[in-house]
Amino acid sequence: MAIKDLPRQECYIPGSAACPGCPATMAMRTVFKAIGKNMVMIVPACCTAVIESLHPNTSFDIPTMNIAFEAAAAGASGVEAGFRMQGKTDTTVVAWAGDGGTYDIGIQALSGALERQTNFIYICYNNEIYSNTGIQRSGATPFGAWTTTTVGGKTEFRKEMGEIIMSHHIPYAAQACVSYPEDLYNKVKKAKGIKGPKYIEIMAPCPPGWRFGMERTVEMGTMAVETGAWALYEYENEKMTFNGKSKLILEGKIKRKPIEDWIKYQGRFRHLFIPKKDVERIKAIEEHIDQMWERYRTCYL
Amino acid sequence: MSSVMIDTGNYIAAKASVMARPDVVAAYPITPQTTLVEGIANHLATGEFKGEYICVESEHSAMAACIGASATGVRTFTGTSSHGLLLMHEMLHWAALARLPVIMCNINRVVGPGWNIWADENDSISQRDTGWIQLYCSSNQEIFDTVIQAFKLGEHEKVSLPVMISYNAFILSHTSMPVNVPDQKDVDDFLPKRVPKWKLEVENPITFGNIILPHEYEQVRKEMQEAQENAKKLIPEISKDWKNRFGRHHGDLIEYYKCDDVDYILLSMGAIGAESKVAIDNLQKNGFKVGLARFRVLRPFPTEEIINLSRKANLIVIDRNISVGNEGVMFNEVKGALFGKSDSTVSGFIAGLGGKDVTFGDIEKICKKAIEGKAKDHQIWYGLEEV
Repeated sequence: MAIKDLPRQECYIPGSAACPGCPATMAMRTVFKAIGKNMVMIVPACCTAVIESLHPNTSFDIPTMNIAFEAAAAGASGVEAGFRMQGKTDTTVVAWAGDGGTYDIGIQALSGALERQTNFIYICYNNEIYSNTGIQRSGATPFGAWTTTTVGGKTEFRKEMGEIIMSHHIPYAAQACVSYPEDLYNKVKKAKGIKGPKYIEIMAPCPPGWRFGMERTVEMGTMAVETGAWALYEYENEKMTFNGKSKLILEGKIKRKPIEDWIKYQGRFRHLFIPKKDVERIKAIEEHIDQMWERYRTCYL
Repeated sequence: MSSVMIDTGNYIAAKASVMARPDVVAAYPITPQTTLVEGIANHLATGEFKGEYICVESEHSAMAACIGASATGVRTFTGTSSHGLLLMHEMLHWAALARLPVIMCNINRVVGPGWNIWADENDSISQRDTGWIQLYCSSNQEIFDTVIQAFKLGEHEKVSLPVMISYNAFILSHTSMPVNVPDQKDVDDFLPKRVPKWKLEVENPITFGNIILPHEYEQVRKEMQEAQENAKKLIPEISKDWKNRFGRHHGDLIEYYKCDDVDYILLSMGAIGAESKVAIDNLQKNGFKVGLARFRVLRPFPTEEIINLSRKANLIVIDRNISVGNEGVMFNEVKGALFGKSDSTVSGFIAGLGGKDVTFGDIEKICKKAIEGKAKDHQIWYGLEEV
């Protein structure tokens, strides 16, 4: 599927309150195209609760319900049951949450919904911070990154949400990135056709949060994949399949780029370069990524 | 043909909830609510309950799932108690502000620490300001009748608010009593399918609950208040309709018991409300002119009824709760209702916290102390203070 072949229908309509260069809106537009109008979306506290615009207006042409921060997956469970009880089984129920609402405060409800085999798609757009509240650390924030609550750089590595999800042994999970809309489209489309819980996480580089220019969102996503900091993969029938450049990195056909190529363009890592290069911490990031890929090769293939 | 079922408050509530034909039940177990959700699970297993039963991983998720389901326009039910209710707190506000008529039984239980599973009303009282309608029951028959009436009330187009039906831990939840159970057909006639005020539907893609500016938000709150006022009018109408159909009436906002020609009226609720009747019988037999007004409703608050009562008698209030730092909540609210409207005295007593037994003998002593003027200046901790 080439970009020009994506459906023309737009359910993400004018009037949004997103920042310029916002990755969440790019991802959402693709997701809406992949699912179509026969969907309902549950949104917890996250940037999207602002992006969707002020009451009584909306920038979404699909039924949307806002819910409390930690409650996306539980709310979606209820919506799914309510629709099913009315025989509306062809409507796709989507929970759409950020990494704070997924990795941290919402993980309990998410785990519960996955375990109960809820028939829905849970999408996490991961910008690696609490962006809506003004750039605080989350469980998805990478080691070394500045946030307003990790002023000298985060001292812990992010948790591996993908692996936590896979340990629920659900029918389908995937990692995607806003910079690869065809890949994202295909994954969402596939998820739509599968019964049971589906989880898709989308890497979403945030210009104000990561401190880069609004014109570089796509580039930051591409570099996340090319440096191996983020992997594109699918998990289906207990098996992982890597996609695009991530597949080539996994198979050793291309070498992942040095992490410096990615982080040097992001103001959140500026303290690792100025006033002098923090070789040790940059090395720690590299080693952590190597470990992740080693784990992918040995544990999941 | 109606039938008589002898069972505990929880199993009776389970039976009633299933007969109301909810489409979705989402619940999490907690003592002493457990037999309620087990009862529903049994009805699911026998096929009597045909809805969806979501066994969630927490009470917060139970309420969130009920909210999600209710937003699709279907009928929803859940039950909880104590810490479970407190964990739901955020979502209680959410359900009410979203104007979703989730119906819930709360089995009044002590809040820890220390752990204690007995009767105490501080759990539901502390949820007083969430916008929920709060009903309190004093017998298993009243639980049955109130659960079904609660659906009619909460789902009414002039109300569209969630309803909490509270009853005391163990004293009602685990005590068997004979209960008259009507025919399903008659319940169906009384309680038709829910017609939602709004719902999520693909054909009409609205965004619900997005950012709202101050003047509009204030309007939302005002409409909730109007809905509660509407409920105040509807509760007696629904009770009357129920009485006409099934022959039973437990009172409207308040149940009055032997309130004619009295100098004092005792105000109580829940299990103490039931026990109070025995106390009133004994007191009147011994020449004390005391009647009983048992609260059935805490929200909406029966302000006008309280004022009317104060015009014929002095009031005595027993609270099985305490707003620490002030006083018992009913005592406080009764006085608030009377401010500038009445010269009657109001005597307040705290009794039965932590599940401490409150017998009719205790209630008689409380009334006598009030009549002797022993509780004139401040609220009395019955059993802890010498007066």
